[in-house]
Amino acid sequence: MVTGRALALAGAAMIAATGMAEAREIKVGFVAPKSGGLAQLGDQLEKGARLYLKLHAKELGGNTIKLIVRDSKRPGGPIAKAAAAGLVARDKVEILTGVIFSPNAMSIAPIATAAKVPFVVMNAGTSWITKLSPNIARVSFTMWQAGFIMGEYAVKELGCKTAIAGYTNYPPGKDSANAFKRGFERAGGKVLELLPMGGPRTPPDFTPFYQRVKDKKPNCFYVFVPGGNHSAAASKSYVQMGLKQAGIRFIGPGDVTHELQLQSIGPAIAGTVVAIHYHSDLKNPTNKAYVKAFKAEYGPKAIPDFVSVGGYDGMAAIFHIIKSAKGGKITAKAAIDSLRGWKHNSPRGPIMVDPKTRDIVQNIYIARIVNDNGTLRHKTIKTITAVRDKCKELGIGRCK
Amino acid sequence: MGEILANATTILLFGIAYAMLLFIISVGLSITMGLMGFVNLAHGSFAMVGGYVTVTLVSGEGVHFLLALVIAFVVVALLGVILEKSLYRWIYRRPELDQVLFTIGIVFMSVAAVTFVWDNNPRNIPTPDLPGFLTGNLDLGFTQFPAYRAFMILAGGVIVAALFYGLERTRIGAQVRAAVDNRRMAESCGINTTMLFTLVFALGSGMAALGGGLGIQILGGLKPTFAFDFLVIFLIVVAVGGLGNIRGTFFAALLLGIIDYAGNYFLPSGGGFFIYGVTFIVLLLRPQGLFGKAG
Amino acid sequence: MADANMTPQPSPAVQQLLRRHRFRVVELLPWIAAIAVFYLFPGYRLLATQVLVLILFALSVDLIVGYAGIVTLGHTAYFGTGAYAAALLARPEWQETLWNVGAQPLVGIAAGTVAGALLGLISGWIILRTRELTLLMLTLALTFLLHELAKDIDGLTGTLITGGFDGINFTMNPILGIFEFDPIFYSTNYWYAFAVLVVGFLIVRTIVNSPFGATLVGIRENVRRMHAVGSPVQRRMLMVYVISCAIAGLAGAVWVQVQDNVTIAVYEFELAGAILIMVILGGTGRLYGAFIGVLVYMILENLTETVLGTDPPYWELVVGGALVLTVLFAPRGLLGIGEDVSTMLGRKRR
Repeated sequence: MVTGRALALAGAAMIAATGMAEAREIKVGFVAPKSGGLAQLGDQLEKGARLYLKLHAKELGGNTIKLIVRDSKRPGGPIAKAAAAGLVARDKVEILTGVIFSPNAMSIAPIATAAKVPFVVMNAGTSWITKLSPNIARVSFTMWQAGFIMGEYAVKELGCKTAIAGYTNYPPGKDSANAFKRGFERAGGKVLELLPMGGPRTPPDFTPFYQRVKDKKPNCFYVFVPGGNHSAAASKSYVQMGLKQAGIRFIGPGDVTHELQLQSIGPAIAGTVVAIHYHSDLKNPTNKAYVKAFKAEYGPKAIPDFVSVGGYDGMAAIFHIIKSAKGGKITAKAAIDSLRGWKHNSPRGPIMVDPKTRDIVQNIYIARIVNDNGTLRHKTIKTITAVRDKCKELGIGRCK
Repeated sequence: MGEILANATTILLFGIAYAMLLFIISVGLSITMGLMGFVNLAHGSFAMVGGYVTVTLVSGEGVHFLLALVIAFVVVALLGVILEKSLYRWIYRRPELDQVLFTIGIVFMSVAAVTFVWDNNPRNIPTPDLPGFLTGNLDLGFTQFPAYRAFMILAGGVIVAALFYGLERTRIGAQVRAAVDNRRMAESCGINTTMLFTLVFALGSGMAALGGGLGIQILGGLKPTFAFDFLVIFLIVVAVGGLGNIRGTFFAALLLGIIDYAGNYFLPSGGGFFIYGVTFIVLLLRPQGLFGKAG
Repeated sequence: MADANMTPQPSPAVQQLLRRHRFRVVELLPWIAAIAVFYLFPGYRLLATQVLVLILFALSVDLIVGYAGIVTLGHTAYFGTGAYAAALLARPEWQETLWNVGAQPLVGIAAGTVAGALLGLISGWIILRTRELTLLMLTLALTFLLHELAKDIDGLTGTLITGGFDGINFTMNPILGIFEFDPIFYSTNYWYAFAVLVVGFLIVRTIVNSPFGATLVGIRENVRRMHAVGSPVQRRMLMVYVISCAIAGLAGAVWVQVQDNVTIAVYEFELAGAILIMVILGGTGRLYGAFIGVLVYMILENLTETVLGTDPPYWELVVGGALVLTVLFAPRGLLGIGEDVSTMLGRKRR
């Protein structure tokens, strides 16, 4: 054991020594679902990451990045963990990244700590992930950001007095619903019920829950479900179940109108208001360039959604780590320190990594779904700037 | 009081719609297991392929939804015959464990095949692509009921009636019943059970495909792991109903469909418990299933 | 058969039993291989550790599937319960209340074993009255119920217990206070799993070669006859079920200990199905079938993507193809091929 570690250190030192002299290849381990029911999200994440890599390759001054992709398959931990362990021990990656599912991030966290490898989380949004290792930095989002703001907005601007928060029963869902509740009640509204609506792997038939909501008649119905089929079903059911006619407003974080599924929901969803950190109809020039580049690279039908932007900005953060590494040597502490307070002009607007919590600080947009000649689009109606993770700010539960 | 009654009726209607779907998909599995004692865990793969064929026809080729369902039924029934004649027949007489391993292998391969043909992305039928009469709501006076679910109940009812008629009143049906009861005796009476099985297998696969197509709107879309995700629920329906028993499968589907719906409605935080809890209790009290033969 | 031991002159049956009990040189092979893997493939060590633990789990399944003829699709119920027993004991927040012994690995595996056995006793007493598909579905329903419970208990009680879908991370104390777990190179973890597997294997091997094991085979082959010779069938079945569940619980405990982390994946149906597949793939009722089945399945599942290099990684095609081909061409599992080859070679030598 001791010898093993010593060997690895010696190896790293050798690499560092040569790295100073000439450009080299830096291996980055990327863990995400590439098969199974949620592989689409892994694909989007990888597309974003690879796009940044391609567009900015020259900035590394002759260094190159080798992205080694490993399939995390199911949301549970062991496969992702073995993949990450293999990436560190066998492929000798210097940076770990990727990760769609929160439990994957959690099972990888101890490896990042022990192996002293920086771990850039590109998607997983459960708030307290960054607490699990000092070597984690997150560039995606936390569920608390959109949820809390939507809660306040619903009372102040949409005039909702009562609400029900429905969520898929796993930590991101609980985070989102709790965040909404805090925001909503702080603004003076009343949340009638936090309504778990099955797990992330149960078939997304939401009709019993929607029927329950319909019978309780809140002003607003806030829904968090993960992207993909769940989001399509959640929005379709809203139309199908006649909640609209019953005068119940449908709101949520951007996941319910996930752009990958938006067009299949149908025009009746127009009018829904969501809080989201990125949508591809943002008007800033960086985003316009991003959308154009994404479609040029992956075809006109490809959709640059918020997951892909997580991958894109994650790769930007990795570039920053490499560029600021002294003598070409990447150490976890220096890498994470270089990201503390790192500011970046992202397609989603200006972003920053909080120097204290290593978590993302970004704009949250309130957007309305509009029907633009048969194509459903997001239309930004309000921008809230520099939003931090409320869970850590307020010190709630495991975020303490 | 009136409101409670209205609520109860609504829940019942939704439950029945779901139950019809469960029945349509599971009935083929029940009969193949009852008839040949053959454990076909790949049954869900047929439903999955049926669903994908439907989606492709409806949103890719602009085929009418109902016509697409019929085509899916025929395509998958044929696929069933091909698989049955080429692969499955080798393992009918093999031990159950071999059948489990073999058919699970088929499920794995179908997942890869679907990923290859239709890619990883989840599929849905966009609402505008459905015929108009399936997208709106029906006003039942006390509640709004989605037209699609009403159609589901109607379609399920028609299929149940047709199956009962076919099994109880036709010659083929009598032969199937005889073969389920006692295959050797049926064979010695001159019934060609091999032929019969191919027929039933094709019908069962086609029904699964029909269910797969109908279920897209109810189960929230398709993805390549569909065959795994729903394997358990189909098995539960078959076991609770009793092997090879259409009536049993029907009532099991009703029981489980309604309980699942009501459980989620009344106790969302413990919703998942109900269907498994009921399964556990029913099977303890009636190990042969609701309508299975004793012993 | 159980009483055959008492006769003064060893009958042929007893001789056969004794012969099977003796260790053969070839039985050393898997263990040598396991030691070699440690040194040859340091980069795969976590995966290899997972393989060792799953072999133990597969042995517990083989004990009831291959020897007693109880087909189960829900053995993760016991694996997962053992896993949570060990993991909850090791939770950092609870160490003080647990007299600071909770994170001791040996305490954890003892707890996991006991938890598995207890659940096996209660559930086995209830569900072993049934047979075949019904029994299969009951084991399955039990696993799903526990899965839902582990997922929802935090929400239902309003306190943090299992961590639900995300699970919990923890740190184990050194084994016997000396050997520290190693979260990078997994060397201690590997030897720990190796040692537990050796012990577990010896127990299972002793059981199946004992008169008790012979009774089990008798029950599998012909229940009526065993009833007729006066063997207490139901009690024997329950006994082997509890032993199997205890070993599954042990495997579950080691599984989370070597990975410092537990999630509800330990109760997953996929794992319950996969472990049964591994046992059948290797060959049931043969002990070493579990070794080869787990190894082959895990390699195909985890390493296909690095070999094929396609995107998406069609690992399902490779796994599925292997299963189908095995059934068609190797009806007694992969170990059956090995046996055929060795018989053929043996014949030639003669």
